[in-house]
Order: sequence, then structure tokens, then C-alpha cells
Amino acid sequence: MSDPEVTDALAREHGLSDREIALIGEILGRRPTFPELGVFSVMWSEHCSYKSSKRYLRELPTHGACVIQGPGENAGVVDVGEGWVAVFKIESHNHPSYVEPHGGAATGVGGILRDVFTMGARPLASLDSLRFGPLDDPHQRYLVRGVVAGIGDYGNAFGCATVGGEVTFHPRYRKNILVNAMNVGIARADQIFLAKASGHGNPVLYVGSKTGRDGIHGASLLASAEFDEDTDAKRPTVQLGDPFTEKLLLEACLEAMATGAIVGIQDMGAAGLTCSSFEMASRSGTGIEMDLDRVPQREAGMSAYELLLSESQERMLLVAQAGRESEIEDVFAKWDLDCAVVGRVTGDGRMRVRWHGQLVVDIPVDPIAANAPVYDRPRAEPAGLAARRELDLAQLPAEADPSGALLELLASPNLCSREWVYRQYDTLVGGSTVLRPGGDAAVVRIPETERGLALSTDCNPRYCAQDPYTGAQHAVAEAARNVAVTGARPLAVTNCLNFGSPERPESMWEFAEATRGMGDACRALELPIVSGNVSFYNETSGEGAIPPTPTIGMVGLVDDVTATVPAAFRGAGDDVVFLGTTREELGASEYLAVRHGLERGAPPALDLAAERRLQQLLAEAAERRLVRSAHDCSDGGAAIALAECAIRSGIGVDAELPAAGPRPEVALFAESCARAVLSCAPADTAALVELARRHGVPAARIGETGGARIRIRPGVDVSLAEAHDSWSRTLPEALG
Amino acid sequence: MSGASGVRVGVLVFPGSLDDRDMVRAFARLGADVQPVWHKDARLPELDGIGVPGGFSYGDYLRTGAMARFSPVMRAVVDFAASGRPLLGVCNGFQILCEAGLLPGALVRNRDLKYVCQDVRVAVEDAGDFRAELPPGRALVMPVKHGEGAYVPDPEHKPRVAFRYVGGSPNGSTDDIAGVTNTAGNVVGLMPHPEHAVDPLLGSTDGGALLRSFLAACAAARARR
Repeated sequence: MSDPEVTDALAREHGLSDREIALIGEILGRRPTFPELGVFSVMWSEHCSYKSSKRYLRELPTHGACVIQGPGENAGVVDVGEGWVAVFKIESHNHPSYVEPHGGAATGVGGILRDVFTMGARPLASLDSLRFGPLDDPHQRYLVRGVVAGIGDYGNAFGCATVGGEVTFHPRYRKNILVNAMNVGIARADQIFLAKASGHGNPVLYVGSKTGRDGIHGASLLASAEFDEDTDAKRPTVQLGDPFTEKLLLEACLEAMATGAIVGIQDMGAAGLTCSSFEMASRSGTGIEMDLDRVPQREAGMSAYELLLSESQERMLLVAQAGRESEIEDVFAKWDLDCAVVGRVTGDGRMRVRWHGQLVVDIPVDPIAANAPVYDRPRAEPAGLAARRELDLAQLPAEADPSGALLELLASPNLCSREWVYRQYDTLVGGSTVLRPGGDAAVVRIPETERGLALSTDCNPRYCAQDPYTGAQHAVAEAARNVAVTGARPLAVTNCLNFGSPERPESMWEFAEATRGMGDACRALELPIVSGNVSFYNETSGEGAIPPTPTIGMVGLVDDVTATVPAAFRGAGDDVVFLGTTREELGASEYLAVRHGLERGAPPALDLAAERRLQQLLAEAAERRLVRSAHDCSDGGAAIALAECAIRSGIGVDAELPAAGPRPEVALFAESCARAVLSCAPADTAALVELARRHGVPAARIGETGGARIRIRPGVDVSLAEAHDSWSRTLPEALG
Repeated sequence: MSGASGVRVGVLVFPGSLDDRDMVRAFARLGADVQPVWHKDARLPELDGIGVPGGFSYGDYLRTGAMARFSPVMRAVVDFAASGRPLLGVCNGFQILCEAGLLPGALVRNRDLKYVCQDVRVAVEDAGDFRAELPPGRALVMPVKHGEGAYVPDPEHKPRVAFRYVGGSPNGSTDDIAGVTNTAGNVVGLMPHPEHAVDPLLGSTDGGALLRSFLAACAAARARR
């Protein structure tokens, strides 16, 4: 089969704009070949080029004392002490997971694992931030089951513990679910590998699985366009994952790196061989000559176009020191993996690709990689947004049944137990999991040390829908608070920015506002953003876009992992201490949505200075071992936080929450920022309250643990058993 | 742990073994002289006992443990077991030992067809040679994490039950069987992970009793030779 003739119409079918088609003509001085057209279409896709987001991402804070490698590599790297670094990133696999939930989610996990071990790190822990449409929709239940099974099947068989994440349900994800996978690995500081192709004459090696026809145009046509009625036809663009091969690839790569013969290495993810080779050459200011006939192939008769664009999984491209190829080949032979020299590094800055003896690609690297088009797209605030932020509490009836409200909230899909999900994940392999899933953040020990990493992902899409600037700030603040309650100091951030089409001014405005909020919050809390991913086009024609969802992945550092603080109560007879201040606010709250079916009002007011004081207090209180348990108050408010501490421990509580105005539901369910509920031994209460005073954090003893009831004044009095029942039944009953 | 010091333990490593490093670390923590053994090695080093770790050997794409039993090392492992020295299979290791015919029965998909990761309580029934700290009736809390852990006995060969789940199995095992031993009592396999229950920081330490009992059996076997 010969290649089709390259016309403007064919180029447009590849997702290129007329302006971009003209630019290709200028760069080449001729029409592109069919393989070249494929290369341009994937390299200039939104997914690979960040052409609509770049100007906003440049404004984010990326520097800090702990940062060793910021954005631009496969993953970010931060110093965690004693010669160790944490390597981490979060990435989306949204469209593939909607089209084929099991395979899409599985390869999302596989992709992020490769991003981490490409850098020379051994993956330590995974987290997954998942968003679905309403749980009462049978198709959503199919998607939840498929995504969770896919994440489990890949992560469990690869052998990296899945320790946390989040699951939320909202009608606006019905036609476009989100699957954001995060991984954190550990490496020695002096053994980091980068994606560079330096050294004129050095060999370029292809290692891992053979190349097949799967995943062609995953990055361009699936990830960089909104869904329409032909979505199901895109299923062949979803890749197939093989965690067993990935595990072999991990061990072989780490072993090959230890030989010292590797110059640079990059995984073949989105846009496969094309993206990896162009990016490596671009970073080093070099060129690459490649012979596609040497690429290990799964099937006969693949064209140059297919070989360049395949997104077959579990493959890596690496550059070795000339003359040391055999050392690397021996390692991959030991692990029964393919390894082939497919080309060499050149000094002239061009990508030359041969196939069947013909030169099929001859393109200068920089104009296509580093100097790809950048757009400043129009922005417009969505109509009616300001009005939707107005909320007059006086118009709502006061809560007449606080106990009933607590039970209904505990059973709501967004607040109920996630055990149905994480029970399907290996949370323990690797022997590092100190705090397992279910609390605010997971804590994993850094092997061979007494240090730990506290990990959390967060974003409240309801806040972001009402006010993307403040909502994104909340995502940063809550993620930091979640790691802080375990006793960790928040260290650095990775982000996964999920939005609608950048070609719609409303989505672009939401993106601009959210990145501005994220940047401001990270600057205020001194948290560098070291890696991330942008996912646009999360919308379906006729259905509208998802709520703006800037997911934050937070990494915190625990100096003494034996001082880690869990969320659940530890014993009866402890004092319960409330930290922070509840404001008279219910806007965009879970209470309002569940009890009144309303998504109105502004998100809670944010006080980043108070957040910072709270974080510092929590770290010091943990270090001084004054705290027995700590749980942050966020979705569902302080009453839900206390109920969770009780349910998860099987220990009751009797406490009185501070009032904020006359309405009981505000004291119980307001989602005001910078708050937490702690338990401590009664002998330590005075010291804890005094420490809080020194940090400028309001603190009060509000009750004690014990008994078999959850009594929270004003107005809540339920048995532990019925609360547990409400909280634990929702997901198993819906999902089986 | 004077009993364990100097005891030489090998931990088999197949392609797709995942808990091998954790098992090595756990044995080292208990004072054993432990080393990984690569599956392509047809000859074993001098050993007093062998651990077969959890994971997804060969991806478990065919049937759990079905490929691993054909690895070059397995012939030597069968001879090792026949010599009466201790062999401990955990999770995928248990599945491999069943496939290799060193333990009776088989492990099939969990009753609800889902992977399960949680702590379980098991009671000791007959731990064979591993009885040092495992008297009948002793309860142990350890995690399970598997998709194919439902034990099905061989109808021709009633198993010696080493461990039974207390309060019902998480996977639909016949008669709540969590682990078995062979007729001779020197080979034990179980689905729960003792190597993930040795460090108080991470949860239960009951797995230490099982691993120490294995090491005691290793020391006894060495003394006999």
C-alpha cells in the first residue's frame, strides 16, 4: 500500500489549521511527505505542543530550594535529604479511559510509571484522581468498574503500591470522565537520567516491546479534540498495556543505567517514536538519523507513518556512549526484551528517517519541537457566572434534622467510604506504606531511611466551576493541608490541568484564571510546581465542558516517619481539639448540593496566611508527638471530619463545634479553610493549645473521644453503627 | 534471633516477581543470610531454605504460576524439597508450588472476580515443620493481596491445612483454607503475606512469627545434614 498524496484537505483531517499548514510549507520549502505530515500533526497537537497553554504555564512558580529538576523533563525532581530525591508527575488519560475504561486507565498508569523510571527512579507509590458522572447512571457504573479494574490490573501486576487519590462524581463529567494518574519514585541524587541525545555519533537504541499498530494518533486525534458522535470509532486509538513487560523494562532500565553507558533516555509515550526522538534531539541541540527497518516490529507490513506514530506501550528510546552498546544489549537480553540500535546522534540539528532505503522524513528539529506555534487564544468569562456565585442563606430553611443531614452526607457518593476502590489495589508492595489509603494523605517511607513522603491529590471541581481562580487556590491549600495533618511539611507540587476546548473563550478564561490562582497559592505557600500536564478538549459536542479541574498532586516530607499522625482516633478518653475558624458560609458546599440540590454561591473564603500557620503548627505538633490523630476539615465540613475519625477507628466522640452564626448547619457543614480536628492525650492538651497560640492558630478543646455514639453539638446524635452503615454501603451497593 | 543467624535462605526471582525484595528484606531483618536466586540458574547455591515470593510471574497471563514452574531453577527446587529442607511459598509463590506439584490443590479466581487487598486473620492448624512459634490455634493478622487466591483442594488428596481464615475468607476459598503443607511437612504455601507483617511501623508484626518458624525449620534441617 503506497502513501496517500498529501493535500491541504488531508492535513486538515490531521487536525492542522490552515495557518499551521502554511507554516509547514515555510519550514520545509516543499510539501511534506505523508510520514512528515504525521510527524507535524502529532508534534503540533495540543497534547504534545502545549500551544494554547504555554504562555500561562510560564507564569507558574517552578523554583525553590528543594528543586533539582523542574518542568520540561519526563518528571520533576526534588531533594528529600540524605542523598535521595523524589521524582514525580501526574498525567491525564481521560479520553482513552472514556472510550475504553479498562485499557485507557491501565495505560495511563503505565505511562506515568515510565515517566518516573525513565529518570532513573524506582517507582514507590501511585495515586489516582478519578472523576465520573452520577453514580445512579448505569454507564457511569460501567466506567467506574472498568477504570478501577484497569488501574488495579496494571499497578498490581507491575508491583507499585497504589496508596491514594480521590474519586468524585458530578453530572458534568458524564460524557467526559477524568483519569489522572500520579506516580512518585525514589532515586539517588547523583543518579538522575535526563532525556537528552547528546554526543555526535552516539548510537540511538530502541528497547522494550515491539511496535504494533495500536494507539496511532492517540495524542492528536483522541487527546486533542473534543468528543462527538463518532467517539466509539476512536477505540483503536487506545493503546494496549502489558504490565509484565513494563516490570521487566523497569528492572532492565535500572540495571542498564547502573552500567554508566547511558547518555540519555526517554519513554515513548504520546506520539511514540516521533515525540521521543524529536524531544531528545531538541533538548540537546542535536539531530538524529534513524532507520525504521531496524525498529522491532510486532507485525509485518507496517508503513513509515505507522512506525513513527504508533503509541505501542512499554518502549524506551535511549542514547548510549559509542562503543558501549553491547553492555546495554546484554542487560536487555537478560530480561528477554528487544534492544536494537536504530540510529545515531548527528550534529546538524535535523531529523532524518529512512525506511526501505528511502529518506522519508527530513525536517529541522527546532522549528517543530522547541519553536512550535504558540497561541494567545481569546478568553471570556462564562455568562451568568457572577450571578451563580450569589447565595442568600436567609432564603434557605434552617436545618431541622442535623442527625439526618449527617447520615445523608456520609452516604453521598462524594463523601462515602472509598474502600470499594482501594481494596482492589495493592497498597503494600514495596514494604513502604506507613499510612494506607482512606485518610487525608498517604505516607510512604523512603527505603533505607527514617524519612517519609506524604502524598495527596486534590481538587474540588464545584469550587472551580463557581470561581476557577479561588477554586484552584483551594486545590493547592487543601492538598497542602492534607499532607500537613500527617505531620509532613508540604514540599512541591505536580499538576494536571483538565479543561474544555481552548478554542472556546469560556474554557480559555477558566484555564487562565485557574493557573493564575494556582500560581498565587503556590507562591504564598512557597511550593514550587515541578511537573505537570495539560488536558484540553474535555467536552462533548452538545453536552458542554467538564467543570474546570486543576488537580494538584502534593508531595510533603516527613523527617521522622515514626512520628506520622493518622486521621482516625487512636483510643477512648482522648481530648478533641478544633483548630481554625468557621465562617458563616455554605457556598458551593457538599451540604448545599446534597441537602438542597443547589450548586450556588462562592467557594469558601481563602486565607493562605492562616493555611500556612496551620501547616507549621501541625508539623511541629507532630514532631513533638503532641497529637494522636489529625484530620482536615474540608468537603462536608467539621462534622463530617469528626464522624470520619470516629467511624474509621470504631471509637465514638462527644464534642461541641464552635458556632458561626445562628444556623446549626454552618457550624456542622461549612467548608471554611484552614481548619482541622485533632485528638490528643488529655495531659498534652494544654501544651497543644499553647503551641497553637504561639503559631497564631485559634485552638479549643471541644470534647472527647469514646463511647459508641457520634454526638456533635449542635444537634447531631447518631450511633456509630448507623453512621458506619451509611458511610460504607454506597459504593458496594452501586458497584457490586 | 540467635536461631536464625547464619541460616542461608534463597529467595527465587522470576520475571514478574514483585514481593521478592520485601521478602529478602524481611528475612534479613530477622537475621538470616539471605540472597536472591535468579530463575535462569539451573543450580542452587548452598541453602538451608527457600522462599518463593509473591508477584505475577510471567504476568500470570496463562494461569497463575503455570509458566514459572518451567523455569530452569524449578528442577533444582523440586530436588531441594525432596531432600526435606524447608520451602515457603507466599501468594504467587504458593500458586507456583501448587503448579509444580509440590503442594496439593490449586488457586483460582476470587469469588467476586475482584482483586482484594486487606488485612485478614488466620488461625494455625498444622504448620508442619514450621511449628516453632505456630502452635495449633494461634491467630495471626497479615495482609492478603491477590486476584486468584481461592484455594480448591485436590479431590484425590486431602490437604494438611496449615492456616484457615477466621471469620470467613476474603476470596471464596474452600473451607476457608488460607494455606497448606505437604505430607512431609517441609513445604508450606499460603496466600497471606508474612513478609508484609514484620514492621510495627507498617502494621501487624504477626508475620515475623511465621518467618521465624521457617528459619527455625531451616536451622533444624541444617543441623540434620
